[in-house]
Amino acid sequence: MSAVLEVTDIKKSFGGIHAVNGVSFDVREGEILGLIGPNGCGKSTLFNCILGQLTPSGGEVKLDGQVVTGLRPSELNKLGVSRTFQLLQVFPKLSVRENLILAGQEHQGNMASRLVGRSDAGLTDTANQMIGFFKLDHLADEPAGGLSYGQQKLLDAAMAFMGGPRLVLLDEPAGGVNPSMLADLKERLVAINREKNATFVVIEHNMEFVMSLCSRVMVMAEGKVLAMGRPDEVRKNPAVIEAYLGH
Amino acid sequence: MSGFAKPLKIALGLAVIAGLIFVPMNFNRYGLFILSQWAVMSIAAMGLNLTLGYAGQVSLAQGAFVGIGAYAAAIMTTHGWPLPAAILVAIALSFAVGWVLGYPALRVQHHYLAFVTLAFSTLAFLVFRNESWLTGGIYGISNIPRPHIFGFATNKPLPFYYVCLGSLAIVSVAVWWLIRSPWGRAFMALRENPLRAQSLGIDTRRYTLMAFAIGSALGGVAGALYAPLTQYIDPVPFNLSLSLDLLMMVIVGGAGFYFGPFLGAMIAVLLPEWLRFTEGYYLMLYAVAVMLLLIWSPTGILGILDRYMAARRTKAASALRAVAKSRLETVQ
Repeated sequence: MSAVLEVTDIKKSFGGIHAVNGVSFDVREGEILGLIGPNGCGKSTLFNCILGQLTPSGGEVKLDGQVVTGLRPSELNKLGVSRTFQLLQVFPKLSVRENLILAGQEHQGNMASRLVGRSDAGLTDTANQMIGFFKLDHLADEPAGGLSYGQQKLLDAAMAFMGGPRLVLLDEPAGGVNPSMLADLKERLVAINREKNATFVVIEHNMEFVMSLCSRVMVMAEGKVLAMGRPDEVRKNPAVIEAYLGH
Repeated sequence: MSGFAKPLKIALGLAVIAGLIFVPMNFNRYGLFILSQWAVMSIAAMGLNLTLGYAGQVSLAQGAFVGIGAYAAAIMTTHGWPLPAAILVAIALSFAVGWVLGYPALRVQHHYLAFVTLAFSTLAFLVFRNESWLTGGIYGISNIPRPHIFGFATNKPLPFYYVCLGSLAIVSVAVWWLIRSPWGRAFMALRENPLRAQSLGIDTRRYTLMAFAIGSALGGVAGALYAPLTQYIDPVPFNLSLSLDLLMMVIVGGAGFYFGPFLGAMIAVLLPEWLRFTEGYYLMLYAVAVMLLLIWSPTGILGILDRYMAARRTKAASALRAVAKSRLETVQ
């Protein structure tokens, strides 16, 4: 399997703190890679460096063999890299359907056609399918700000898929989502992974969720990679138990 | 205003349009002047509503763009150019200057951005006043002609009112189209959550600059109509207080609501006139009325309507839920 994403020696410092201190790994086409580690170990900072939200202090990010370090988030998204956020990031005053259309519209046509063309950029059907897929049908016309926390998490995930991405980075998708909704979310993610051959990197603290969803797991501690391997290998790794999983 | 039935909305809209066309036929010179001013200020406020209300970028410079448009039109039409050509130049000029003014918005936001635009507003005023070779300085430019449209002279107040009203109609349709297009949605994304917008492929830089440029261009259109309306311009009407007035129109009407600027301009232009019977007190009463309104509804007049509609929807939804629940209980 070829690597979709190759990260080489990424570093990011804030003042004297080395939040990410030389992280290298690759993500294989079609896999679901879990990323775990204690709070403050640099997982989200690593995501932000990969996605262009932060400029890394050093290192390189390659997408399909092309260097993409320093591209803006919107440019990376156009290349098929999408994300969800740890904290809720929806457009609260827009309806659920409008949120989804907005999430996909920049992947349709160009600036001119988005001005003179159809107001939904031809995405109403796709948005409705996504609404059905994530079981948000009864909420389609509600403002996103009025949804429950778990429902907004689902919407946030659905938005990440509107542009038909090849690679999706999910930052704690399970945080604050109730167990039955979580089972739904996992089922959706697996389905999209299989049917659309989308590749995922998932930051998550919910061990059961990570271990059952991911094909490989990477463990970070203090800005560095501590371990990388199959879930069962990682779980037995003494260093990982020491740093994170506990006895 | 999704709560109204569609036919009712259309009927209401047609009645307002018919009223704006036919009622002023009996108005005197002064009444027509005030109504024309309302149309012109509505255009400028619509531009600011786009920049501020939809795209969330604070600007205290809209008055300066009205000035740029007004001077462009005054200079060109007194040199024999037709008004439509002057309007196109006013649009191009304020679009370009607005685009450049958008760059600070890529770095600073909210009240910091307000200060940057405030400084620009002052700068524009100084140019209007000091560059007298171009603008006539404090003496201004007089004898600004009113246009001939398809051979009809619009010198008289009523025909020129129709020029203003027609322009307002064209701008209204264009803005309506813009805000329901994907561009409008992207503008709202800038306001609601720029971080999320970026990660969805929305080029926040380009849309921010566009929001500034288009909003400013509408200020230019308003100015290009203002010059032939008053037929005399000097720097004073385009100082900071016009920018603040326009900001107030947008906020009072309801920022981010399509009809907000029409209502806001109505209050700012007409309310002081209606209060004139109180003589010395009318400006004080006007100030108090605006303060009370904003305390009652910080989201402006249309914010009140919006809250009422939302409350009605919630009530209807709870009623439906109650019915569904009682049915479930009967089944069990």
